Amino acid sequence: MKQSNSYIIGFAIACTVVLGAMLSLAAVGLRERQAEARDLDTKKQILGAVMTFKEGDDIKAIYAKRIKSLVVDANGDEKQGVIAEKVDIGKNYKLSPEAREYPVFQFVSESNPNEVEAYILPIYGNGLWDRIWGYLALSPDLNTIKGIVFDHKAETPGLGARIADKEIQERYVNKKLYDKSGNFVSVTMLKSEIGNTLDDHKVDGMSGATMTANGVNRMIQNYVSYYQPYLNKIRAKANTPKEVPSMDSEKINIDTTGVVVDTTVTNKTSE
Amino acid sequence: MAETTIAKVKPSEPLLSKRRKALVNDPLNSNNPITIQVLGICSALAVTTKMEPTFVMAIAVTVVLTASNFIISVIRNLIPTRIRIIVQLAVIATLVAVVDQVLKAYFYDVSKLLSVFVGLIITNCIVMGRLEAYAMGNKPYDSVLDGLGNGLGYAWIILTVAFFRELFGSGAVFGFKVFEAIGISQTGWTGAAFPTNGLMTSPVGAFIILGIIIWVQRYFNKYTEH
Repeated sequence: MKQSNSYIIGFAIACTVVLGAMLSLAAVGLRERQAEARDLDTKKQILGAVMTFKEGDDIKAIYAKRIKSLVVDANGDEKQGVIAEKVDIGKNYKLSPEAREYPVFQFVSESNPNEVEAYILPIYGNGLWDRIWGYLALSPDLNTIKGIVFDHKAETPGLGARIADKEIQERYVNKKLYDKSGNFVSVTMLKSEIGNTLDDHKVDGMSGATMTANGVNRMIQNYVSYYQPYLNKIRAKANTPKEVPSMDSEKINIDTTGVVVDTTVTNKTSE
Repeated sequence: MAETTIAKVKPSEPLLSKRRKALVNDPLNSNNPITIQVLGICSALAVTTKMEPTFVMAIAVTVVLTASNFIISVIRNLIPTRIRIIVQLAVIATLVAVVDQVLKAYFYDVSKLLSVFVGLIITNCIVMGRLEAYAMGNKPYDSVLDGLGNGLGYAWIILTVAFFRELFGSGAVFGFKVFEAIGISQTGWTGAAFPTNGLMTSPVGAFIILGIIIWVQRYFNKYTEH
């Protein structure tokens, strides 16, 4: 069968139009559903830093009840009129650290919406192949890691992609960001997998994924320092004596050892 | 004239004739796209660390394969021979993009796990191989059966690989911790510990299991490379 050039060109154009229409139809038709799925996934990740879900949990409802969000600037001052959930961390990452918007998600107590049980901070950076991100949950002592979640775009499956596994993330729980004298040392993931119990500032590595681990370390280090002004403000607020000495001053006061705070917090979540 | 009447009298082929059954059955075993034709190895290695993403991947490939076989077969007499490869590719790419969009909308978690590998179905040699080798020269219904057969042939192999990789690599099947459930945990239970095998979570593990499957299959099929 011999075809003329114009037939071939005509066929190619028709093909492009039909297939293009199919694609845009799918993209437009599913856009809303996709945005919803992404939104739910973000909420799941934020909450995932502090709790585990059971089958059939209504994530949206839990989120609405337990998360109080705000946005701060690089100086730690609250920014009005910005919705924390709408802040695109990836887009902000491209700006200079001073110009970014920093969302804070406060995980509040179920009974008392003014009592913060954890500060959940988004973290973002580069892994080996592409971006990685996560949410770091700090106990009210602002030192102990209550939980952490990581996610990634394209880390190597089975190696760097393991940062998305619960098993890896659990290694961070109860580690400390500051040393005894209050200096920021961060929590570092080591090279290679030893399986030993490590001190407060180190977690076991992932064999075969040192580059990803480096990315994770940088990400935590960077973002905790970006949030430092805000964290300092909370500390200052907690340290100033209150007009009415409240009953649970123990809980609010910053305690660098974090022992008292720790126990109250773990009791709460185990309910 | 006489000839055409004879052709009309001849009964049409039954919907599931022996030949058509073979279209579906052959790729499952004696002409399996992965183990015999050794196509689509790349994704068989990459996505098979866990059962769940593998399962979705298997469905995605089968859908794309069947649908593209059908579409190409319908328009096979219209496609200009000189640009047929590009047309095939365009059809596959469109279908894959649609599948990717659907996964993102309804199975967000799994689509995150599969990430780039859904897009890479486009380059899966099985899909294009079937279009070029079968759909370009056969009727739509037969092509659908052929696509289905090859899709399922691909599916059962990668699911088998994933089963062993997840079982030994993570000690689980579909995320269910099998060894913990029967009392053997990683930390050890009265001395009987089951350490997970890191080799299985890396692509090397897939190579080894795939090799074993091919070995076993060829032993029973008496198939030899010529």
